[in-house]
Amino acid sequence: MIRILKFVIIDILKNKVVIVYTLMLALFSWSAFSLEDNATKGVLTLLNLILLTVPLVSILFSTIYIYNSGEFIELLASHPIKRKKIWNSLFFGLTISLVLAFLLGAGIPIFLFADIGKAVMMLAVGTLITVIFIAIAFFSAIMSRDKAKGIGVSILLWLYFALLFDGLVLFLTFQFSDYPIEKGMVVLAAFSPIDMARILMLLQLDVSAMMGYTGAIFKNFFGTSAGLVISFFILFLWIFIPYRISLSRFKHKNL
Amino acid sequence: MIEISDVNKHFGKLHILKNIRLRLKEGECIALIGPNGCGKTTLIKSVLGMVLPNSGEITFDGKSINKDIQYRTHIGYMPQIGRYPENMTIGQIINMVKQIRNSHEAYDEDLYEKFEIEKLLDKRMGTLSGGTTQKVSAVLAFLFQPKVLILDEPTAGLDPLSAEFLKEKIIQEQKKGKLILITSHLLSELDDLISQVIFMQEGEMLFHKDVAVLKQETGTDKISKAIIQLLKQDKA
Repeated sequence: MIRILKFVIIDILKNKVVIVYTLMLALFSWSAFSLEDNATKGVLTLLNLILLTVPLVSILFSTIYIYNSGEFIELLASHPIKRKKIWNSLFFGLTISLVLAFLLGAGIPIFLFADIGKAVMMLAVGTLITVIFIAIAFFSAIMSRDKAKGIGVSILLWLYFALLFDGLVLFLTFQFSDYPIEKGMVVLAAFSPIDMARILMLLQLDVSAMMGYTGAIFKNFFGTSAGLVISFFILFLWIFIPYRISLSRFKHKNL
Repeated sequence: MIEISDVNKHFGKLHILKNIRLRLKEGECIALIGPNGCGKTTLIKSVLGMVLPNSGEITFDGKSINKDIQYRTHIGYMPQIGRYPENMTIGQIINMVKQIRNSHEAYDEDLYEKFEIEKLLDKRMGTLSGGTTQKVSAVLAFLFQPKVLILDEPTAGLDPLSAEFLKEKIIQEQKKGKLILITSHLLSELDDLISQVIFMQEGEMLFHKDVAVLKQETGTDKISKAIIQLLKQDKA
């Protein structure tokens, strides 16, 4: 698998998009920290930028890359290589390149400006979000042979997680504002990795007071170490489940 | 060597392969012929594990091909339309396949030399003509000295000289006792190559016969004539 992985990574790096993405993240991060007067505000600005752009780039680049690897997959499939190895190589190839881009682009300024606890959380959250959206890209790319349809599904999924889901939550909160729904909100957060990541990060920044009573409930749950373990576990499920579904479908695909 | 038993394949509503049963042995050179869309390529891809049949079993040297993919080490496959990563050069493709196969056996570079691939190594796959792509496919199929050669329309798109080189190469390999499975529409090309004929139509296998028997039955001296004779008899 290492041999195939090597070819995938070289191929991705030859494609300049990942390098431009690294530079773009670096630009965002440096400007966020130099525009704001204190580091916490800088982290907050950067968090919003990262939670919007990282999922978009990860899901779109990966979906298109998977479709463009059709020939590569076909070439390897006639040789004695297990399909699982081919699919895993693509997944790890994309994961390694995009996570590296994130860590180099955003990681360096974050470590320089923010204090260590916040920086570690930010990088963990960013890395997980990257891998989650790569896994979702694998899921949408295997669902259809049609490239335009696959990319369309990816864009819709991104829109849903990045924008629509928040609107939906807001709508529900207003509709049920007479009921004690704070605990329900914690459960609801598990259905969107972006929101989960945002909550985890906000609690690190001690700005949860701004979220009112819900913020206090969040703090009670996500602030404890058990809550933290559970949330990271759920984020890992967001990687594992879409990827496993795509893998089992790929194993039975007609090439 | 390769045994196909009761293989069925559906693509949606289309029933592409209908109860295909075949036994292919070493040293045979088999022509797989039939009209367009009769399931030849699907059958070949099923043997390679690229298409998974809905029912039935395919075994290679007695072992089911689903369980162990190592059998593919022994197959050289030349696709009808070779699709390769467009931004890689010919040299990179050949190197990559060599590294991924990690074979310790000597490479068979006859065709590599005959087709003068050396001069083309820096060309990107995306810029190649159909014929040159076919040459690359042919080189890759023969490179690892496989026991079985599966050639899907091998001479389509090749210039006459290259087609002749390839034919010579196929005959040479056949003499070594390899199993060769060829599909081709140009029946005249196959005359001096093949020992058996499989004829498929609409997903069904109509017959699997020795060339000698076929010629005798139809009273003709060429395979192409014999097939046409048989098809006419069928319609009458």
